[in-house]
Amino acid sequence: MNKKSFGNKLVACPYIVWSAIFIIVPLVIMAYFALTDANGVFTLANLASLGRYKKAFAISIVYAVISTVITLLLAYPMAYFMTKLKISSQKMIMMIVMLPMWMNFLIRTYSWISILANTGIINTVLGKLGIGPLKLINTPGAVILGMVYDFIPYMILPIYSVMSKIDNSLLEASDDLGANAFNKFKRVIFPLSRPGVISGITMVFVPSVSTFYISQKLGGNKTMLIGDTIEYFYNSGPDYYNIASAISLILMVLIMLSLFVMNRFTNDESGGVVI
Amino acid sequence: MKALSRLYIALILFFLYAPVLVMIFFSFNSSSSVWVFEGFSLDWYLSLISNSTMLGALKHTLVIAVLSAVISTVLGTAAAVGIMAIRSKLANKLIMATTNIPMMNADIVTGISLMFLFVFVGKLIGLSESLGFVTVLIAHITFNLPYVILSVLPKLKQTDANLHEAALDLGCTPVKAFFKVILPSISTGIATGMIMAFTLSLDDFVISYFTCGDYQTLPIIIYNMTKKSVTPDTYALSTLIFIVIFLLLIFYNMVSSKAERKAAKRRF
Repeated sequence: MNKKSFGNKLVACPYIVWSAIFIIVPLVIMAYFALTDANGVFTLANLASLGRYKKAFAISIVYAVISTVITLLLAYPMAYFMTKLKISSQKMIMMIVMLPMWMNFLIRTYSWISILANTGIINTVLGKLGIGPLKLINTPGAVILGMVYDFIPYMILPIYSVMSKIDNSLLEASDDLGANAFNKFKRVIFPLSRPGVISGITMVFVPSVSTFYISQKLGGNKTMLIGDTIEYFYNSGPDYYNIASAISLILMVLIMLSLFVMNRFTNDESGGVVI
Repeated sequence: MKALSRLYIALILFFLYAPVLVMIFFSFNSSSSVWVFEGFSLDWYLSLISNSTMLGALKHTLVIAVLSAVISTVLGTAAAVGIMAIRSKLANKLIMATTNIPMMNADIVTGISLMFLFVFVGKLIGLSESLGFVTVLIAHITFNLPYVILSVLPKLKQTDANLHEAALDLGCTPVKAFFKVILPSISTGIATGMIMAFTLSLDDFVISYFTCGDYQTLPIIIYNMTKKSVTPDTYALSTLIFIVIFLLLIFYNMVSSKAERKAAKRRF
């Protein structure tokens, strides 16, 4: 037996078989559906018709990019300020940030309706102040707010966990060497926190670009995102499985491409995401 | 600066919790409105207890979460041990790339592609309804496995291979050596993986939505509830879930800080 190993590679077999059947084969079947019509005859018609969903793709990407940027801008200072607190407070705030992650995101999204609705909390308060009801719900802004709200813990967490590991003596050294606050941030803190930023961005972008619930609840069905389009065809029955596969396939390619591009930006050796 | 940074943290936390507070507040509303508060009542909570669909879904959720967590922990731990023993770089890379797919991919793609497989196979063997308990369980095991593997692998890498060797020299069979020496040293990784699998499964909506058929879990029921008119019973249910999770977290925190203190004492 090999010196370094303390097990037999055969014990990985059940998993290898499992992942082949339930990870690889479904994707192959999806590609097969995308390239055939309802009778199983080869066709490129599904892929050719995707031009019709250009708008959904474009809106999804724009919304996801905007919400990812806002999330990053909000989460980065939060993570930074957290590392300045006492260790016990840091731990407590981490718990408080993570707690909503374990609540169903459906409900967290849904609660915003109470706040944003035309007769909701914000408009009631504004009405008392004599400001007419604002249209808050069923707007693009509400959808982006929902994305930011639902996914911000996934941005705070990885950035915080990377930042809290930054060696304090590095910061002291940069002080001693005469760096001002801006240079200290630019040369020391930001480069060291980059792996956390990268994994935060992917953990927010992927669910944002593929969501179908947030847009339905807060966008009022007016904004059809790519996730909504897939869900719509899924609910339309087996006749529409081919077009649903084609859209899903393109969505997957899009996500994998953006992850690939993101990974080019990081020299992180460990690979995978920081959780 | 210090005061400003605290204010910022407080504002973000307020943003995170505002909807949660709204939800808790209106779950006690006596009318069916979720924005006009008319009076305090526990009616929505009482109606939950007698709601058999809800209780059924709760049972489904727990059954799936427990089973998928246990099965994926066993399969995933075995996989991690096996992966460590695989020498071929190419094979290793292929396996890890495959493992990363469900973590990287959008849930909707994972869900719908699994649904295609189940429907495809169901048609082949002539089932009238291909989605249900088995398919949702398979789907949950599939998306849990990568998290288990990735929590166990680092622990295995930290384990001293000589320990295993010593156990063998002292007369253990390889299997016994594994259970006596390796397993204890990777147990925290296994526990983390299992807890993660359990909570992921408990919370999953998107993948279950495409694979569960009539075996509806709690998130699916919540989805169906929010599709119709908005009433405080959903808020009441969510408040209960929130309280349970909150208590679990406090409990977990107490246990882990106690363990830490014990470990710190032992060091001196």
